[in-house]
Amino acid sequence: MDQALCSAALGKTLSDHPCEVLVEDLAFLSHAPAAPSQRLNAGLLFSLQIFINNEWHDAVSKKTFPSINPATGEVICQVAEGDKADVDKAVKAAKAAFQLGSPWRRMDASHRGKLLNRLADLIERDRAYLAALETLDNGKPYSVSYLVDLDMVVKCLRYFAGWSDKFHGKTIPLDGDFFCYTRHEPVGVCGQIIPWNFPLLMQAWKLGPALATGNVVVMKVAEQTPLSALYVANLIKEAGFPPGVVNIIPGYGPTAGAAISSHMDIDKVAFTGSTEVGHLIQKAAAESNLKRVTLELGGKSPNIIMSDADMDWAVDQAHFALFFNQGQCCCAGSRTYVQEDIYHEFVERSVEKAKSRVVGNPFDFKTEQGPQVDEEQFKKILGYISTGKREGAKLLCGGNPAADRGYFIQPTVFGDVQDSMTIAREEIFGPVMQILKFRTIEEVIERANDSKYGLAAAVFTKDLDKANYVSQGLRAGTVWINCYDVFGAQAPFGGYKASGNGRELGEYGLEAYVEVKNVTIKIPQKNS
Amino acid sequence: MKKQGSDSKPAPVLPALPEPLKDLKIKYTKIFINNEWHDSVSGKKFEVFNPANEEKICEVEEGDKTDVDKAVKAARKAFELGSPWRTMDASERGRLLNKLADLVERDRLILATMEAIDGGKLFSTAYLMDLGACIKTLHYCAGWADKIHGRTVPMDGNFFTFTRHEPIGVCGQIIPWNFPLVMFIWKIAPALCCGNTVVVKPAEQTPLTALYMGSLIKEAGFPPGVVNIVPGFGPTAGAAISHHMDVDKVAFTGSTEVGKLIKEAAGKSNLKRVTLELGGKSPNIIFADADLDTAVEFAHIGLFYHQGQCCIAGSRIFVEEPIYDEFVRRSIERAKKYTLGNPLLPGVQQGPQIDKEQFQKILELIESGKKEGAKLECGGGPWGDKGYFIQPTVFSNVTDDMRIAKEEIFGPVQQIMKFNTIDEVIKRANNTTYGLAAAVFTKDIDKALTFAAALQAGTVWVNCYSAMSAQCPFGGFKMSGNGREMGEYGLHEYTEVKTVTIKIPQKNS
Repeated sequence: MDQALCSAALGKTLSDHPCEVLVEDLAFLSHAPAAPSQRLNAGLLFSLQIFINNEWHDAVSKKTFPSINPATGEVICQVAEGDKADVDKAVKAAKAAFQLGSPWRRMDASHRGKLLNRLADLIERDRAYLAALETLDNGKPYSVSYLVDLDMVVKCLRYFAGWSDKFHGKTIPLDGDFFCYTRHEPVGVCGQIIPWNFPLLMQAWKLGPALATGNVVVMKVAEQTPLSALYVANLIKEAGFPPGVVNIIPGYGPTAGAAISSHMDIDKVAFTGSTEVGHLIQKAAAESNLKRVTLELGGKSPNIIMSDADMDWAVDQAHFALFFNQGQCCCAGSRTYVQEDIYHEFVERSVEKAKSRVVGNPFDFKTEQGPQVDEEQFKKILGYISTGKREGAKLLCGGNPAADRGYFIQPTVFGDVQDSMTIAREEIFGPVMQILKFRTIEEVIERANDSKYGLAAAVFTKDLDKANYVSQGLRAGTVWINCYDVFGAQAPFGGYKASGNGRELGEYGLEAYVEVKNVTIKIPQKNS
Repeated sequence: MKKQGSDSKPAPVLPALPEPLKDLKIKYTKIFINNEWHDSVSGKKFEVFNPANEEKICEVEEGDKTDVDKAVKAARKAFELGSPWRTMDASERGRLLNKLADLVERDRLILATMEAIDGGKLFSTAYLMDLGACIKTLHYCAGWADKIHGRTVPMDGNFFTFTRHEPIGVCGQIIPWNFPLVMFIWKIAPALCCGNTVVVKPAEQTPLTALYMGSLIKEAGFPPGVVNIVPGFGPTAGAAISHHMDVDKVAFTGSTEVGKLIKEAAGKSNLKRVTLELGGKSPNIIFADADLDTAVEFAHIGLFYHQGQCCIAGSRIFVEEPIYDEFVRRSIERAKKYTLGNPLLPGVQQGPQIDKEQFQKILELIESGKKEGAKLECGGGPWGDKGYFIQPTVFSNVTDDMRIAKEEIFGPVQQIMKFNTIDEVIKRANNTTYGLAAAVFTKDIDKALTFAAALQAGTVWVNCYSAMSAQCPFGGFKMSGNGREMGEYGLHEYTEVKTVTIKIPQKNS
């Protein structure tokens, strides 16, 4: 990679793309800044190397890997490929930044908040550019990147900025003549391994709480979608975070990811991704230094539609719950349980809705669904669809690739799905909806909970008693009532059972990033 | 262990100090209601003076009961169910407060110059300290807006119970003249982050920066009626707020005397919630084992900061007998170093007192000190031929029964007393109707923690004084006040807790 800046290639790809036009078209959005399109025209350069100590490095091995546009299957650019040696470098930088007396350790908590707010400002400034980059690399519709992902990224960072000087320790009325208090101290060097389905948002979810509480970070971004995270690395430096506080390594799981999770000098690892890899990470933590582990993994989330629900709304939300982001959501409502008396109508309307979903160029404003992220996922999903057919589920629409090139799949709906079928048990992570029938509340709670997963769940009903009863009975980290996929930085998110350990977001999300230190001082005499 | 203050300090704490504005224009002199500027209903105006030269700066509309009524109506309307303010996301309230902080930062020089001219405050202090605190407080409260959590409660029986932390409603806020802008922000920021609407009365001595804030509040995008600012006098506008049947809460910072009137008015009218941040006579205890340089300096700043016009002023300095003479000697030396003068000029360290009334009251208390037998070590009289300047004054040999040891002087007059034992000084320090702040200087961990527990005060400093920050709750024991401002505690004063209990078919843990 010449001069480690592969900007020329990227600049070309971006300017060849219709995104410039789109940025112009987006002007009707009050907060769409004009600047980014100029930046695109200017072919803004940013490095595609490894970000350590606020500097850009080639991989020690000098290796690179291609980042691919899933809408075309074409290579966008080459990115430096970090592995163990690079992780070691990054951890050293992070450790140095975390030393007692370092600028980062001595910084006022409110100033950490100020830096996070500044980062949010910079992301907001470059919103259109980042959204275009996200769409190019991940395939999600530009309108979604811009309006949903970027909005949530900025809000998440601002939310945690506010926490930085508000996560209080306690003073404790200990028995005896003692003064006792707790300090909420940062854990230290945090390894963070993030997925490709919401690259920027997952980066914000990880960085926000870690930095608010004063940790230092070594982050591995997904090999499918490294671009936007590397752009944000520039902004982290621009915001004024001291060198070594955030280090970002593009690379693969078995090499860079494994190096993080088994590293003896990493104090904590946070991972979002598949349950399969989650097992490996927990195991690596156990076999190395017992580092703290938080995991946000897969799901097979039940979405329960009672017959008294508002049918239009329920159909709408169930569709959104599954098809949003090409079905590539860990919390996707991928088991839609519909009460018997409305089942047929619900299925009919759901098929109608799926058929009208617009699949195509993610930079086109009409597009609701872009390509799956890569060929592997694409093939895996098609495999699940054939298994569904083979096992006797009724294919009501879709079921095939949706274009000649790129990884597009038709919106697919299966009816008459049984709990024992593979498509009702395993995470498909694609635009494939399973509709199941149920009769009673007791039955559906039992069936909904009969899963190794427990990430999210929803119930649609107008009945207050049913809403409360079902929401208490479901074994899931998030329960939505008469809505789905409602996220906010304020609300904790995470899984029961094999869907994960720990919670992200909200005040709860801070707990994973602090060690509680209890300090006890002998005093001459206690007084209340 | 490394000493603080090495060159690796992560971020510049203070920005560079510019020169004050030469041609400050006063644009906002009217009553701010519904994001609009109004004349007073009575047509009356009052004059605002520069205490450094006794010259008139401008005239300001004088609000009284009828204007307060108008403002309360606007605030009530803005608080109606379904209003833009009530239906706004909490995070959006936070965004508006952050925006307001940005605007204050943008206009920092204007506001600091105005504060210096109107309040007799050193420009450097106004620019660096006051404005810095304002900006940080706004950011701090902005962050709280979407973090004020209610709870779900494991109630007995087949019930689902949760609490909502709801805004109280229309909050009357009456603020003092010693830190006009900081007190304005301390009041509005927690109130707004919790979702209240406010009617603020700034002090008649210093209304200008508060009115300027009205324009920034509008610019930031707060909906009309959320913040209303009525300049005026205590007995008219202030009384109208505290007696108002449609004001849900009143927050007051000022004298203990007026604090009593406010609480009485709340009791007589609608039992509105009351928070008070009042006077003090704060003890500052210096042990012989303390670092003497540090102790002298903090004791000095703890009293003389802003011409002694601080509710937290360390105005009873108890010094342990073995170091008493040396401490007094050094304190006099320190007090004599002052350059008094125009607070806008560089090099000036002490400005004027706020007005003639305060000026005369302070001189009268100095006289009483002399009469009652305290030893006047330096200062003791006015300074200059115009403006309300008083010489930095130090009294030694002060005893607890003297007026200058009991009453709040609110001026540059330092009282130094002697003590012998721990038990004695605890008793003497607590022997006051006040309980706002206190400090102890010692290197001994046992002594430090003993005093941290024993002193009856809302804030206790150990080996420091006047260390304040938006994260820390502040308020008084005893007659120094009710309730706390700032920190998470400060939010409790701006929320009503609503318990919602829903019958459910069957409980499950």
